[in-house]
Amino acid sequence: MNTLGAAWDWLTDPGNWSGASGIGQRLLEHLYLTGVCLALSCLTALPVALILGHLGRGGALAVNISNIGRAVPTFAVLVLLLLSPIGGYGAWPTVIALVLFAVPPLLTNAYVGMRGVDRDVVRAARGMGMTGRQLLSGVEIPLALPLILTGVRIAAVQLVATATIAALAGGGGLGRIITAGFNLASTPQVVAGAVLVALFALIVEALFVLGQRLGPPWARGSG
Amino acid sequence: MTATPDDCLARNEWICGEYLSTRRQILGDAVVQHLQLTAVSVLIALAVAVPLAVAARRWRWTAGPVLGVTTVLYTIPSLAMFSLLLPLYGLSASLVIAGLALYSLTLLVRNILAGLRAVPEETRQAARGMGYGPIRLLLAVELPLALPAAMAGLRIAVVSAVSLVTIGAIVGYGGLGNLIYSGMNTYFKAQVLTASALCVIIAVAADLLLLLVQRYVTPWTRAVSA
Repeated sequence: MNTLGAAWDWLTDPGNWSGASGIGQRLLEHLYLTGVCLALSCLTALPVALILGHLGRGGALAVNISNIGRAVPTFAVLVLLLLSPIGGYGAWPTVIALVLFAVPPLLTNAYVGMRGVDRDVVRAARGMGMTGRQLLSGVEIPLALPLILTGVRIAAVQLVATATIAALAGGGGLGRIITAGFNLASTPQVVAGAVLVALFALIVEALFVLGQRLGPPWARGSG
Repeated sequence: MTATPDDCLARNEWICGEYLSTRRQILGDAVVQHLQLTAVSVLIALAVAVPLAVAARRWRWTAGPVLGVTTVLYTIPSLAMFSLLLPLYGLSASLVIAGLALYSLTLLVRNILAGLRAVPEETRQAARGMGYGPIRLLLAVELPLALPAAMAGLRIAVVSAVSLVTIGAIVGYGGLGNLIYSGMNTYFKAQVLTASALCVIIAVAADLLLLLVQRYVTPWTRAVSA
């Protein structure tokens, strides 16, 4: 197809890779946004999920928050944050929106993983005189780790997608190549940007899957 | 020249009754477009997903490729998905429908296949023993038993589709997303909040509606949980 050839030409043109709005810069922005927000969301969501799972409380919230996250359009949240007073603070609306959408899969998976730990194992650990903290770090977290990591993988892919949509609301990242292509009515650039975004998402997913598969056995789980 | 009216529209407030009453037509049209895009795409996905899931169940070797391809499709971010379809469909509603249908397809195939796989082997053997042929076994035993899982997938697919329609604004067919997009460019707070709230309301209403349908078509699941 002609468009694909033109998209390939656009991708292989060195001029499109350099500069402040070049592919290189956009790729770095995307990586940076995804990485920073993944760290932020893990730091906020995982401790909450692990403690709730350990105590066996707040299950309805931890499980339903994923459904709520699905019903709320990412784009709407981005624009709402942009028009709110936070909108004046550079990348903050994007960062907040990204974290908001990465937290639900982290919370739900970690909570379900913690509750999925065999109750007999927990009772045995208690019987051996383990304190709550030892139980959490020595028994529950290791056994729940496969699901926790699955949550991290889903969150990472979600972050890549949300960071792309952020370009619609003026944020940085690879999505900007697509929106700029639409503004220029340049189908080859739109397709080239889309290929980059899709590849980026697939590579992130593949890295997590490989990491889990090749990682130590305790990270693999049975599923 | 008339004096600038001092109402909530002029003050650009988030919540504005004036906006609802003066823009009723625009809001109504956007909601209708939103519902049409969602419904058409999910129905197309359903029409493709059922045969795919049945095929993946019958011929084991097809399950791997079917699940693999749908997983790859699902990983592609929505904005990129719509953009990749641009050369095929141009700036049209079909583009948004095709993109949404591909996402719904993934969710539906996975859930229907899980439902079919969960049908107990004893049930299948009992039906065969009663003289059921393969087609009748599928239509009268396996598919009905897979309904709860399929309906769960359908609910997730519909809720996701309602939310993803908004991204269609990039090609001008985003239902309420169009209003959010134009509201962003003109800094029109009431429009953005109203359209966003309507999106969530549509998603929740569709979910509840499907839940009711699910209860109606699978009365046996209630008896078990009661």
